[in-house]
Amino acid sequence: MSEEVKTVKVTIDNITIDVPQGTSILNAARMIGGDVTPPAMCYYSKLKGSGGKCRTCLVEVSKGSEADPRPMPKLVASCRTGVMDGMEVKNITSPRVTDARNGVVEFLLLNHPLDCPVCDQAGECHLQDLGYMHGKEATRYEFKRRTFDKHELGPYIQLHMTRCILCYRCVYVADQLTDSRVHGVLSRGDHSEIATYIEKSLDNNFIGNVIDVCPVGALTDKTFRFKNRVWFTKPQNAHRDCSCCSGKVTIWQRGEEVLRVTARKDQWGEVEEWICNECRFEKKSASDWVIEGPTHVSRHSVISQGHYENMKKPKEIFSAVHDGRSPKLLMDIHSVSEVNDPSVDLSKINGSASSDTFKLSRKKQ
Amino acid sequence: MAKKLLLEKAHIEGIRHFDVYRKEGGYAAVETALKMDPAAIVEEVKKSGLRGRGGAGFATGLKWSFLAKPEGVPRYLVCNADESEPGTFKDRYLMEFLPHLLIEGLIISSFALGSNRTYIYIRGEYAWIVGILEQAIAEAKLHGFLGKNILGSGFDCEIYVQRGAGAYICGEETALIESLEGKRGNPRIKPPFPAIKGLWDCPTVVNNVETLAAVVPIINMGGEEYAKIGVGRSTGTKLLSACGNINKPGVYEIDMTISVEEFIYSDEYCGGIPNGKKLKACIPGGSSVPILPANLLLKTAKGETRYMNYESLSDGGFATGSMMGSGGFIVLDEDQCIVKHTYTLARFYRHESCGQCSPCREGTGWMEKILQKIDTGKGTIADIDLLWDIQRKIEGNTICPLGDAAAWPVAAAIRHFRDEFEWHVNNPTKCLTQNYGLAKYADALGLSA
Repeated sequence: MSEEVKTVKVTIDNITIDVPQGTSILNAARMIGGDVTPPAMCYYSKLKGSGGKCRTCLVEVSKGSEADPRPMPKLVASCRTGVMDGMEVKNITSPRVTDARNGVVEFLLLNHPLDCPVCDQAGECHLQDLGYMHGKEATRYEFKRRTFDKHELGPYIQLHMTRCILCYRCVYVADQLTDSRVHGVLSRGDHSEIATYIEKSLDNNFIGNVIDVCPVGALTDKTFRFKNRVWFTKPQNAHRDCSCCSGKVTIWQRGEEVLRVTARKDQWGEVEEWICNECRFEKKSASDWVIEGPTHVSRHSVISQGHYENMKKPKEIFSAVHDGRSPKLLMDIHSVSEVNDPSVDLSKINGSASSDTFKLSRKKQ
Repeated sequence: MAKKLLLEKAHIEGIRHFDVYRKEGGYAAVETALKMDPAAIVEEVKKSGLRGRGGAGFATGLKWSFLAKPEGVPRYLVCNADESEPGTFKDRYLMEFLPHLLIEGLIISSFALGSNRTYIYIRGEYAWIVGILEQAIAEAKLHGFLGKNILGSGFDCEIYVQRGAGAYICGEETALIESLEGKRGNPRIKPPFPAIKGLWDCPTVVNNVETLAAVVPIINMGGEEYAKIGVGRSTGTKLLSACGNINKPGVYEIDMTISVEEFIYSDEYCGGIPNGKKLKACIPGGSSVPILPANLLLKTAKGETRYMNYESLSDGGFATGSMMGSGGFIVLDEDQCIVKHTYTLARFYRHESCGQCSPCREGTGWMEKILQKIDTGKGTIADIDLLWDIQRKIEGNTICPLGDAAAWPVAAAIRHFRDEFEWHVNNPTKCLTQNYGLAKYADALGLSA
């Protein structure tokens, strides 16, 4: 056996690429990138043994390999199927795959509460992205959705089981990052749930990473809950000297305030380096961190929409944009509005505010 | 009278005990086998054409030959006695009355595969059988057929009985292995197959009770002789557990040459349908396989007689055929409601889904709710189409065959009995008190009890 890794040729949606032997179809597709990459809700490249459960990454293998060109009869989970030399895979070019994937998305959303308006994960939720990509505008499910009680998993983590899609990622995190796992999956079928059996807190120093790996809002950071919407916050790469982890994080700021700290994630939404609880939950001041610069978020539609990095100032001056027109309503709203006086602290007013409140403050000035 | 290979001695008094079993010629196959080369035993099983009796019907000899044999790594044989399929109770009968036949088959198979530690994973509900098996193991050990250096051959083998904890899913081989390892019984993602990485990541063969018991007659009579029984690729004998609307429910051994009609109506087997009722439908191989209406059950779509064997039962694919499955033969007469029946099955699969992969976890519950809705007269025609769409999206898209097993009964019920579903929708009050009856499936063959 030679030491060098053999490469094999695989064709995904008519794009051929050479990949090392033993690569999964999903990872080969990620090397190509773009639309041919199947979505993955449970697979996590950093967690050994993950994947195969959510079935969103199903692909059609139209040619098994050069040696055995027979197509595979069933759709396969691309995250857990290794490539073979000469394999031909159909992802978005296969109607069978699209149909099955739409089905899986429907199944995943079946019992999901769709409480995105009050969910902290909204804006960076993989299920939300998946739903926008493959979902329908209305559900065909007309029965009562399954619900669970909320659970506190210690001082930092909140479990909202109703939102869970049972990807098992948090179970793998606890298995692979911490000394002993105290939570797991209880019961079976549609009533299976992530739980600690008897209410226990997850208190390992690296357990905070379960929040980052959770694709939905089932595990959320209690220090950030309901503080802000992620798309209003400004993600910045930052680091600090930490005695137990790399200290390389993304801090999410609003103004100077650090609202939350997460691990840095790559383009597939996967954590690059695990961080410890101290960095994640305790260091909530900008002075704790050395800020490196804005984080590039390409994955999540909502966050990347309001993106400020690479912002370009238009070359034309204002009047050039108007092209000779002079609109009547062009005026500085802030300077004329009575009700927008930043010196008035609304929370300190006795009763409800009216225009008089602001007039009063203006007179004082 | 059909030839019996497995249950021939089931009615001899005291056959559960070693002495009687031995006097009746038991353990002769072990003596023969231990003098053979292990590879020759595998070859003999291959020649016999024995197919897995657990449901899938995969060639046993072929499965055995896939077993990886790396140096210095133990290999395991696991006997799947987690018989939980509704309608199937043949393994229970075999283990209860002929425990030594299974032990004998296990010793031979362990020798052929090189397994020094062999496990019987038994369904938790079969609590009393654990004692029977353990006694049989102790007796065999006492007489030198188990333990160290069996019959001076230098081969060591121990058999352990492990009880399950009441999960249908643990009958799936990889879930069984997980459970045997002491973990949650979730099916593993294949590949790797157990033949490469099974129990404790070692090469493992998982076989059904009946399959392993069938190894005994194969060694006794030779693979070629065994292959002469039966027809085509359905060789040997098969145990069937017949239940439902028949006069004589029970476990029968057939040689796979008899017709379905004979099996239902002959006095030797099911003895016909009680109270002069007519045959409406039948599930020929355990609750997971497609249900067939009477006209397609007795004759294939081509008009040929349907026989009780692997090929004939699956003739016509799922469109007009079914499967041999695990041999749980469930007969439904004209008074049975297909909608209620399908709802009952859907409820079972919803309860037994492990919840690991999304189509099965969510889909089985959804199907159950819709079926309940139709059953209680609240359904719409759109619900029937929706049901069809759901089963289509579950089938083939799950980790293990439980998804298929949940989808097939629903698919077959709609495929063959759509008019009955529609009748339920159109007669919301009538369907609560009356049955649809035979209607277009009226027994054209003029058969009645």
